Amino acid sequence: MTDEIIIAGFGGQGVLSMGKILAYAALENNMEVTWMPSYGPEQRGGTANVTVILSDEAISSPVLDTYDTAVILNQQSLNKFESKVKPGGVLIYDPYDIHHAPTRTDITVVPVEAMEATIQSGQAKSYNMILLGALLKMRPDVPVEAVVRGLKKALPERHHHLIPANEEALRRGMALVKE
Amino acid sequence: MKDEIKLMKGNEAIAHAAIRYGADGYFGYPITPQSEVLETLEAEMPWETTGMVVLQAESEVASINMVYGGAATGKAVMTSSSSPGVSLMQEGISYLAASELPALIVNVMRGGPGLGTIQPSQSDYFQATKGGGHGDYHLIVLAPSTVQEMADFVGLGFDLAFKYRTPAMILADGIVGQMMEKVVLPPQRPRRTDEEVRQQCPWAVTGKAGGRKRNVVTSLELDSAMMEKNNERFQRTYREIEKNEVRYEACYTDDAEYLIVAFGSIARICLKAIEEARKQGIKVGLIRPITLWPFPYDAIKQTAAHVKGILCVEINAGQMIEDVRLAVSDRVPVAHFGRMGGIVPNPQEVLDALKKDFINPTEA
Repeated sequence: MTDEIIIAGFGGQGVLSMGKILAYAALENNMEVTWMPSYGPEQRGGTANVTVILSDEAISSPVLDTYDTAVILNQQSLNKFESKVKPGGVLIYDPYDIHHAPTRTDITVVPVEAMEATIQSGQAKSYNMILLGALLKMRPDVPVEAVVRGLKKALPERHHHLIPANEEALRRGMALVKE
Repeated sequence: MKDEIKLMKGNEAIAHAAIRYGADGYFGYPITPQSEVLETLEAEMPWETTGMVVLQAESEVASINMVYGGAATGKAVMTSSSSPGVSLMQEGISYLAASELPALIVNVMRGGPGLGTIQPSQSDYFQATKGGGHGDYHLIVLAPSTVQEMADFVGLGFDLAFKYRTPAMILADGIVGQMMEKVVLPPQRPRRTDEEVRQQCPWAVTGKAGGRKRNVVTSLELDSAMMEKNNERFQRTYREIEKNEVRYEACYTDDAEYLIVAFGSIARICLKAIEEARKQGIKVGLIRPITLWPFPYDAIKQTAAHVKGILCVEINAGQMIEDVRLAVSDRVPVAHFGRMGGIVPNPQEVLDALKKDFINPTEA
């Protein structure tokens, strides 16, 4: 099993963190993993993305041109990455503020109303975890339990009291994916 | 105890490996994409555990001269920076080489020339392998392609630097510096005691309690006859290093009809391109030089004897290609593919370049 994933959105939306938590979950699950961020000024706004590769085998290139799975958080990233999802792949996106929805028919397109759910929950920082939950629903590469263990490693100890809220957000995201 | 597998960035691995090696000092100045080396060392506070000194200097020029001073006392000292910062260090690196001092310098390359970009690049190959500073000297240059190698080459770099009394460089790039993957760190070693330093480095300036001749560490020798003798000694050392320390990795070379030569992180991108090429029936192999100096001329020459063409893939305008062409004396066609300015080629671009140069040269 190999899943080549791109997660892309605005800097500050938790794109890199989402990838990092997924990477730690893969580590907890004894898989091979690479996490390659776009780095630099994107952290302070602009578009940010991270390539996460999870595999049972050794991973060669951490840099890719096509992806099995895309998690898209804004229009710019959709424009950039929709064409780069492999045929048969999965594109998860949040329709919030998307004016031109994906048009591909050879991939599974999954709209996830994550921003709406975040606003309803009143927990602004749970946004990326809702999307990660949707990703795990579509691509059960790692069990939720591994993600929770990964959270413990990815988050500094002073934030560990937030782990139950994060787990809840994950499950809310999973439930948002319509069968 | 079972080795603990950790997930970290290449830059973080360098910092942890330096502490674990028992390094005595780090002197550096922040610059993207390698600032996590200094940040991790500051966060780990090794001065409270191993006694390792970590200092943010006022500039790269100060950093390398602190390394020069520390190295003269026989201590295991290092610095790290990225391309423009390493340019600033070149005078000090030349002095270290001329004074026959061991030290470790890490360059996590970004796109140049000038202040350039913060994105990954390999455009300091010439600087690292052909001098950089003035005078006839070489650095031992190690090119890591994984986070594990970022960690491993800290110990290897220090060991080689002390073995040959010459500075060593880890020539990495923004990809392997910034990416996270699994790593097993080396076991924690104690720092050497002062007595051990004196025994290992009888040349070091350690304070003279009487009983031995004065040690002088300098690169200055105004007597040309003596300076030529010094140079001859340096060259003898370089020949020894060339004889003993060439390192490279070969993949799929046995049946290869075409060969890709690439170093560092781009070699992994090439490996994916090669796997795709082989699915399409194109037999491509890879040689990844691990030591860029000394360069694996013989390995490339031997493999070249049974290939129809060599593609040199670098994140630059074509630098290592000069050494590849030297290796094969132009008996095999050698082409270059690279991107510049911080753009990293993807596997498909590498495969397209291979096809354009060698497989379907007429379509383009």
